[in-house]
Amino acid sequence: MLLAAYTLWSREIVRFYRQRSRIVGALGTPLIFWVLIGSGLGQSFQAAPGVPLQGGYLEYFFPGTLALILLFTAIFSTISIIEDRQEGFLQGVMVAPVPRMAIVLGKILGGTTLAVMQGVIFLALAPLAHVHLRDFGDLAYLVVFVSFGLTGLGFLMAWLFDSTQGFHAIMNLVLFPMWILSGALFPAAGAAGWVRAIMLVNPLTYGVTALQELLLNQATAWPSLDVCLAVVGGFAILTLVAGAILVAKKAN
Amino acid sequence: MTGPPALDISHLSYTYGDRRALDDVSLQVAPGEIFGLLGPNGGGKTTLFRIVSTLLPIQQGSVRVFGDDVASQAAAARRRMGVVFQSPALDIRLTVLENLRHHGHLYGLHGATLRDRMADVLARVRLQDRARDLVQTLSGGQRRRVEVAKAMLPNPALLVLDEPSTGLDPSARRDLGDDLRGLRDRAGTTVVLTTHLMDEAAGCDRVAILHEGRLVALGTPAALTAEVGGDIVQITTREPQALAEAVRARFAVEPRIVDGQLRIERPRAHEFVPQLVEAFPGAIDAVTFGKPTLEDVFVRHTGRRLE
Repeated sequence: MLLAAYTLWSREIVRFYRQRSRIVGALGTPLIFWVLIGSGLGQSFQAAPGVPLQGGYLEYFFPGTLALILLFTAIFSTISIIEDRQEGFLQGVMVAPVPRMAIVLGKILGGTTLAVMQGVIFLALAPLAHVHLRDFGDLAYLVVFVSFGLTGLGFLMAWLFDSTQGFHAIMNLVLFPMWILSGALFPAAGAAGWVRAIMLVNPLTYGVTALQELLLNQATAWPSLDVCLAVVGGFAILTLVAGAILVAKKAN
Repeated sequence: MTGPPALDISHLSYTYGDRRALDDVSLQVAPGEIFGLLGPNGGGKTTLFRIVSTLLPIQQGSVRVFGDDVASQAAAARRRMGVVFQSPALDIRLTVLENLRHHGHLYGLHGATLRDRMADVLARVRLQDRARDLVQTLSGGQRRRVEVAKAMLPNPALLVLDEPSTGLDPSARRDLGDDLRGLRDRAGTTVVLTTHLMDEAAGCDRVAILHEGRLVALGTPAALTAEVGGDIVQITTREPQALAEAVRARFAVEPRIVDGQLRIERPRAHEFVPQLVEAFPGAIDAVTFGKPTLEDVFVRHTGRRLE
């Protein structure tokens, strides 16, 4: 079980580094977003009263950009599942005598590792946005489990769709709005009621809120950091279990 | 042999929605046999392959691999099987060795055992010198050999291959056939392959012919071709229907019309052909005759040509 999961994990890593363009895509796009949106909105953005933001919108947008980097990397690493499963490496994996859970775990952990590495690279830019890193334990937990949950979600979507076109549609209709409505771009407090309601049921909101609490050093009344950490962890486990069930159902 | 058959398929049926892909197929493959599933594309071979390799669930009937049921004892059945897919199952961005190593890990092999097995299977398919190359730099025939090597890595008792000669040129196809026979002779591996090529099927110990999901014939190539009465005469003509009736009236034979050609099974065709040509001057454009092949067996059972 562990050997199988390990081998699938290591394949993801090796493949990633042989496709340099993916590194640029997953890290570069959010960076451009951050600089352009952050600088463009900078003048119009007003921090809520009592929230000290020296860096302005660039600072506010920093945790959201981190979430976007994790999202992009997670998606790029799961999209291969679609082709892989129809014809390719994954066929051979499916007929191998390994527990289905190992297949899901290896694949998700691979994507998680890549997302975490990209996230760490981005976090090194924190001083540019006047963001001070602290609480490394919670921060590490968050980056790892947000990545895990997003990769797991990507895995589920990729498994359910037969074509990469379908996956792109889902990415634009579900995953991207999920990021927009996570507090990454704007805080829930100032949004319309129905938007706030969606944000409240969006699991990514809890990841982004917690990242903001840690990175921007701002305490939010609700959800508290503990609630956020619990939701993020719970969602990650949920995607893993759902993935294993889905894969087992496919054939016997 | 006293043990269970290498492959035991019993009353297997499978439908995709309304379409019946397999209809009550039963057959057994003995250990050490090279067994061919012959049929046209869409005949049900690939469905059968996918069920045996555990990629599709069982709907009706059962499949056992050396006694292990592929549905209820999937892990045990998977462990006994090496599978080679029609569409490549290699990661072309990894090297040959990396592909093999991943595969070995999936089957629980590691360390020195894995290294020895990798060297062994690569030597068998003569690819030692390409071990460290990316798969995307290999030719189609070499990739197929890597697939076979990969499937052989855990030393499975049963090797199943779906259309293994797809995309291979004739010489690569012959090499593959030699590799599979060598494997059976040295390691006693049972080989089950699907094919739509009669010469590939002719190289098997026994052949099952699948047509429209049904098993229409089963036996050694020699026994199957012996069922066909004598030689095969094929006539090219502009008016097959009229000629068929005329031939039927004149000689006591039953011609078939297949793809616009007349086919007649007839012993001692070398005596029959001159009579035929003289009896219908002008109506016959061309005549060929020869010993029956598996293609003729297929035509006899289905009224159609293989391709």
